[in-house]
Amino acid sequence: MRTLLSAIAIGVQVTMILTLVGVSEGMLGDVAQRSRGTGADVVIQPPNSTIIGFSGNMPEKIVSVVREQPHVAMATGVLVQPIGTVNTITGIHLDEFNAMSGGFTYLRGGPFKMPDEIIVDEVFARSRHIGVGSSINEGGQWRVAGVVVPGKLSRTFVDIQSLQERYSNTGFITAIYVKVDNPANIPAVIEELEQKLPTYKIHSMEELISLTSADNIPLLKQFTRVVIGLGVVIGFLVVFLSMYTAVLERTREIGILKALGASPGYILGILLRETVLLSITGSIAGILMTYGTRALMQVFVPTMTTSIVYAWWPYAALIALVGSLIGAIYPGLKAARQDAIEALAYD
Amino acid sequence: MIDVRDLTKTYHVGEVDVHALRGVNLSVARGEFLSVVGPSGSGKSTLFHILGGLTPPTSGSVRIDGRDLFGMTDAERTNLRKTTVGFIFQKYNLLPTLTAEENIAIARDIAGKKPDNDPQFEEILDLLGIRARMHHKPRALSGGEQQRVAIARAIVNRPAILLADEPTGNLDTENSNAVLGILRDLNDRLGQTILMITHNPEAAAYSHRMVAMRDGRIVS
Repeated sequence: MRTLLSAIAIGVQVTMILTLVGVSEGMLGDVAQRSRGTGADVVIQPPNSTIIGFSGNMPEKIVSVVREQPHVAMATGVLVQPIGTVNTITGIHLDEFNAMSGGFTYLRGGPFKMPDEIIVDEVFARSRHIGVGSSINEGGQWRVAGVVVPGKLSRTFVDIQSLQERYSNTGFITAIYVKVDNPANIPAVIEELEQKLPTYKIHSMEELISLTSADNIPLLKQFTRVVIGLGVVIGFLVVFLSMYTAVLERTREIGILKALGASPGYILGILLRETVLLSITGSIAGILMTYGTRALMQVFVPTMTTSIVYAWWPYAALIALVGSLIGAIYPGLKAARQDAIEALAYD
Repeated sequence: MIDVRDLTKTYHVGEVDVHALRGVNLSVARGEFLSVVGPSGSGKSTLFHILGGLTPPTSGSVRIDGRDLFGMTDAERTNLRKTTVGFIFQKYNLLPTLTAEENIAIARDIAGKKPDNDPQFEEILDLLGIRARMHHKPRALSGGEQQRVAIARAIVNRPAILLADEPTGNLDTENSNAVLGILRDLNDRLGQTILMITHNPEAAAYSHRMVAMRDGRIVS
């Protein structure tokens, strides 16, 4: 029972790490996929914007300047308006956005026609339990006009003019999405735009997506490190207590082994092998539990896309192993130094 | 085989010195079967612990198979237990999670030897009458069977001496006689040197010679 509980505790530690990594990779992957869904080749952001965060704004008239550049097939401005703490609502020119992205696929309802109407994607609709005709409060009241297949830029779309007016942002946008006539011309277009808009952040879509990784989000990177550190501490404590108890329980057995001529290294080796086995079992349990947490998150928080990050399995197992081995050292040494006569007399 | 001269052992219990052995002299020839008798606290077990390398002597000379135990390091005494001495205990001391076969195999593993099909050891298994019980764990074995497995484990590495501490103390008469018969057989057939602690004069009668201890000394 003790061994089973220890393996589960190590499993929880592994699940914790893999779920965190899975959520960050999943959400960033989702952002990347939705960025691709715009159909744009180049993204222009204002000078004060963060690459991933879409902050700051710029005059909408720049879109006209961009459209005039050679090889630019189309360009459209969007306004990403923060609402509440972390949510955003995206204002688009529906016709332009449809032309660039290939258009929304409506599961229910249709495009917004009135200023207070909103289009939401299926994931958002499911997480809020809403449908066409529902009224939602996203930085103000909106009526759902249509539910679309996810994968295009955002989860909520409203008319850009309506959003600009509602937030006193008339004439301002957050980013410009640019479609180039031929992918081979993307570098030339970027070079041209950089000359015209020297302080602006101008990236190809592929470059922007490559920057969308956990390593480029400092807080997430630090948070991951903290969770890994906690994982090592949990592994250490679990195995320390488990092995310490095991050594106490097996005092007599250790005495028997010593009487048979077992060296301290032999006894330490037995405990370390047991620890490795415990850690491997716990890691396998943890990996399996990660599928469980992902299934639960899909039900309860569908907007948090969680991936199974296979590449992290060995890292999570290694973290569990390191914590466990550190935890086994003291009990192991205690066992190895056990006095044989006292141990044999132990009942 | 065994030569003990002026052996003393003093334990420090708090601020009190307990003189467990007060100058023991003993010689045991190769192939001899010797019983050590005496009341509780006479120093029998301490003598065995020193001969078995479980604890170092305080003073005196102890030579086993030509090796002097005095001044041996922990590692050297561990090696002595691995190669030269086999233990049989009153409480059998089998590892409860292992089968009889595994209990014997672990003794070979500790000695750095692989399990083998040594014909002589196979013969010993027959002699001990435990061949059919090798895949059972100790809890499924009777006391007599457990002690036979413990004997097999003690001799699997061919130790120079076999130290048996009250080997029949937990057994009924029938099993006691069987175990003592086995020890005598091992001595007769293989020339195994055996030292046995016992309270039981009938058990002592199985040995070639008997010495008595009292208050940390051999008195007869």
